[in-house]
Amino acid sequence: MKPFRILSKNIKDAFKSIFRNFSLSFASIICTTITLIMVSIAIIVSINVKDFTKAIENNLSIIVFLDRDSSIDDATNIQKKLKKDSRIDSIIFESKEDVKNQMQKESEVFNSIMSEWTEETNPLQNEFSIKVKNAENLKAVSESIKKLEHIDSVKYGEEIVDKLIVTFNIVEKATIIIVIALILVTAFLISNTIKITIYSRKNEIDIMRLVGTSNIVIKLPFLFEGFILGIIGSIVPIIITIYGYILTYDKLNGHLFSNIIKLENPSNIIFKVSIVIVVIGAVVGMLSSYRSARKYLKI
Amino acid sequence: MELIEVKNCYKIYKNGVTALADINLSIKKGDFVFIIGSTASGKSSLIKMLYREEKPTKGNVYVGGINVAKLRNRKVYKLRRKIGIVFQDFKLLPKLNVYENVAFPLESMGIKKKDIKPRVLEALERVGLKEKVHSFPNQLSGGECQRVCIARAIINKPKVLICDEPTGNLDPKTSKEIMKLIDYINKEMHTTVIMATHDRDIVNRMKKRVLLIDHGILKGDFAKGSYKENEAI
Repeated sequence: MKPFRILSKNIKDAFKSIFRNFSLSFASIICTTITLIMVSIAIIVSINVKDFTKAIENNLSIIVFLDRDSSIDDATNIQKKLKKDSRIDSIIFESKEDVKNQMQKESEVFNSIMSEWTEETNPLQNEFSIKVKNAENLKAVSESIKKLEHIDSVKYGEEIVDKLIVTFNIVEKATIIIVIALILVTAFLISNTIKITIYSRKNEIDIMRLVGTSNIVIKLPFLFEGFILGIIGSIVPIIITIYGYILTYDKLNGHLFSNIIKLENPSNIIFKVSIVIVVIGAVVGMLSSYRSARKYLKI
Repeated sequence: MELIEVKNCYKIYKNGVTALADINLSIKKGDFVFIIGSTASGKSSLIKMLYREEKPTKGNVYVGGINVAKLRNRKVYKLRRKIGIVFQDFKLLPKLNVYENVAFPLESMGIKKKDIKPRVLEALERVGLKEKVHSFPNQLSGGECQRVCIARAIINKPKVLICDEPTGNLDPKTSKEIMKLIDYINKEMHTTVIMATHDRDIVNRMKKRVLLIDHGILKGDFAKGSYKENEAI
């Protein structure tokens, strides 16, 4: 078959030329490798960050502090009203006595101070700890609770979540910018490699054109060269992705800092991430060599 | 229609130099035509236009029915497959041997290896280089290199053989042999030959049609044998 003959000749030519300009090919491969490692890290981090924020939001509870002069009866009334709200998942009541006891257990200093408090002098407040079914409703639920009687204040850790999300966003954006910059550098290096290949074969290309070789046949080896450079450059990043992530996952026992922040299971993502990396490598390699072929072949 | 027709053709380079002005000529199938003129007369521009290395600034150039002036860059290969080109500097690939150099156009067209072999050997036999198949260009004499170049040019059995000063780098004796070979190709294979040269000896001896170009203008079109040396080049 004619297309296959041309194809196999082109692939052979591409490999030959990679070895002919080995130092430059090597530089492009290294650059591709570094870029793709960064890309891989960026992808894995952003997948996990999305999960973290979700997990954190779902674990949030609304803490409702009742007025200091409110009685247990008032609290029961409020609890009854809250139970009617379909957005609320669970309600836990803690009287100021409970809170006091808990704090006493936690530290000796607290214990010595608080043991002198009586029912009347206890400055703490009765409180509810409320979980909502959907994290998006946190704000709305807290607003409606604020309108009830005997409510002193409602807190739901809004600032912390916002800060976390902002931090994660910055991290994500920074990695995206770094990755784009690295991809550009890689593209530049690969297209430079191809440019030098084209110059080193200028004579041959001129003769090819003069004896009636079609443009596509002239261009193909260069496209293959870029493609192969990209693929070779993605081998090490894939190995690092697979083993690096599995190792990290095992070392951290599947979670970061605390049990709330769970890492994505390796089997779910390493395969997908590897494919993305190969595709990026191959596409960047091919596009940058195409650019060079267009610019410097002038055919 | 004639095999080659040039109509009202101008070539003005970007630096303002007018290489060709209002050229009109036609060449029949099977003709042998010399294009002569001094250096920088425009004969190279005319030759290059025929195989679309240059595009005319104005006018039309037809080669085998293809309007070269309007030919898109990516279609140029179709024209080049119909014509054979012989160069002054041979343009052989130094890393390929004689066989591979001659087979080069066919290989890049994606023709099967077993179909390439008989054609290459036939072409090499015609130019008398069959026993040098495995030699490399740096092991050959100038005349032999030119024979390889001719073999490569005729491998596709072209309708037209365009020769750009094929004897420019050769001594008189070798030039004679090469001219004999080109004449043989013209007669035996009925290939139209267009040859740019400033070798008076060859032009006088061969007695073919001669086109004289001077300062980009076609000064004379001499029918077979009517060109005489005293009509200064």
